[in-house]
Amino acid sequence: MAPDELNVLKDGMRMLVIEPAGLLGTVQRLKSEFQFDLFLDVTAVDWLGKSPRFELVYHFYSTAHRVRVRLKTRVPEDDPTVDSLVSFYGSARFMERECHDMYGIVFRGNDDLRAILLYEGFVGHPLRKDYPKDQEQPIVPYRDLAAEADVGSKAA
Amino acid sequence: MEAKLRNPVRSIFEQTRREGTVVVNIGPSHPATHGTIQIIAELEGEKVVRADAHCGYLHRGFEKECEAHTWHNLIPYVDRLNYCSGLINNFAYCEAVEKLMGIELTPRCRYLRTLLSEYSRIADHLTCVAASLMEIGAMTGFLYLVMIRDFIYEHLADLTGARVTYTYGRIGGLARDLPAGWLARLDEILDQYEIFVGRIHSLMDRNRIFIDRTRDVGVISTADAIDWGFTGPILRSTGAPRDLRKDTPYLAYAELDFEVPVGIKGDNYDRYYVRMREMDESVHMIRQLMDLLPDGPINVDDHRCTLPEKRLVYSEIESLINHFKLIMEGPQVPAGEMYSAHEAANGELGFYIVSTGEGVPYKVHVRSPSFVHLGGAHRLMEGFQLADIVPTFGSVNIIGGECDR
Repeated sequence: MAPDELNVLKDGMRMLVIEPAGLLGTVQRLKSEFQFDLFLDVTAVDWLGKSPRFELVYHFYSTAHRVRVRLKTRVPEDDPTVDSLVSFYGSARFMERECHDMYGIVFRGNDDLRAILLYEGFVGHPLRKDYPKDQEQPIVPYRDLAAEADVGSKAA
Repeated sequence: MEAKLRNPVRSIFEQTRREGTVVVNIGPSHPATHGTIQIIAELEGEKVVRADAHCGYLHRGFEKECEAHTWHNLIPYVDRLNYCSGLINNFAYCEAVEKLMGIELTPRCRYLRTLLSEYSRIADHLTCVAASLMEIGAMTGFLYLVMIRDFIYEHLADLTGARVTYTYGRIGGLARDLPAGWLARLDEILDQYEIFVGRIHSLMDRNRIFIDRTRDVGVISTADAIDWGFTGPILRSTGAPRDLRKDTPYLAYAELDFEVPVGIKGDNYDRYYVRMREMDESVHMIRQLMDLLPDGPINVDDHRCTLPEKRLVYSEIESLINHFKLIMEGPQVPAGEMYSAHEAANGELGFYIVSTGEGVPYKVHVRSPSFVHLGGAHRLMEGFQLADIVPTFGSVNIIGGECDR
């Protein structure tokens, strides 16, 4: 199969809209059959008030065919979970972390969803539409180095 | 009382994996990391066994801020992503909006944007090469390159009014046309560039110290580079001739004659050389563009995005209303979504925008090359010496503003 068989939009972008359950299977096919070897980007769009609320948008590029494809899937607010693509693309690790930071999407299978652009202790997910732009965050207290050293020496 | 938080950055490895190794922290504020980036590394002697790069110190909420401004008003924010080549960001963003609005640029604007993109690429590569040379001790090389870069900055300040944050792109065109004599000065600078870059080649290319520090250091294969999302000079240094200007031509690149330089090994030396060669290609393109540059208007004649002439704003009611609506409500961009990517100096710079048909964006997302590159940067550091982190990091050229947004 050639990538031309995918749905081509007016601007030359190919697009697929799928169910979250079919994500891994679709990406597997995109990568092996259509040679979409470069994982460009993942982000979410928060359609607040609609159901399912979050739309996940993936972009892939094929260095052989020189075309891009956009993959979209929607996840609900009460369980914003989707399978991670780390088993296919190394670059997914970082980009999924960012999406987790900003929208609170959980990528099942990505074992490293630490805060990346934000910090530990940040409350909420800033790119959600119900997060006010002028929201203030609690100040992170200084580390208690003496207490930590104390714990460390006891453990040793 | 809530529990005290620990260090805001939690490394994936707080403890060493085995005896005989030690975990050290480098940065976020460190003289050798230009940009506030933190690297936590596990060392065995001087060798890096594992590395964990952490960013976010320059996060300014760019994407959130965009959702509160009109399509035009966020152009100054875009400047501040990759602040070494602000014009490329301007044009990549404007093109995404223009595509969504279905706007065709005027020929002069198209050529001028191409010319300025290449000019910006030279400034960006000069900065990157200069900084990486300086970090391994080549101060003369740094000064030569930064001198040319300063010529370019001053020259762009002539055109745009700013040295770094240009805000020169407009949806459907540019802020203003070239001032008189600008192209003549451009010619002079390109001649100067060739003299100074020739000196860099003779200082560095066969320099024993430079080769020892960069050859076979920070090596990555093409397959690994693609897996980790590397684009731009880093991917090309591995030998893959992947360049959006050739592969999916935009602006006026389809009409230009240029080569895509590639490396052999994907190490620091190749990344240095690919950047040097790319600058030469950019100069070659700029010279062609100076000949091709047609006369004519720089802004499209479209009341949806282009501000009416001041003369008309003061003399007729339609233009006054048009001006008012564009400033107060912003250009009305049709509902839809668009991903548009340019070959920026560091790799694929993509803008994914979503509009609901209003004057402000519903969502703006930047696919920034630096952020993706940082995600794979540990692959370039692991297995090499602690001292190699500095030149490797320099050759990856992570720009904090673009990485952290």
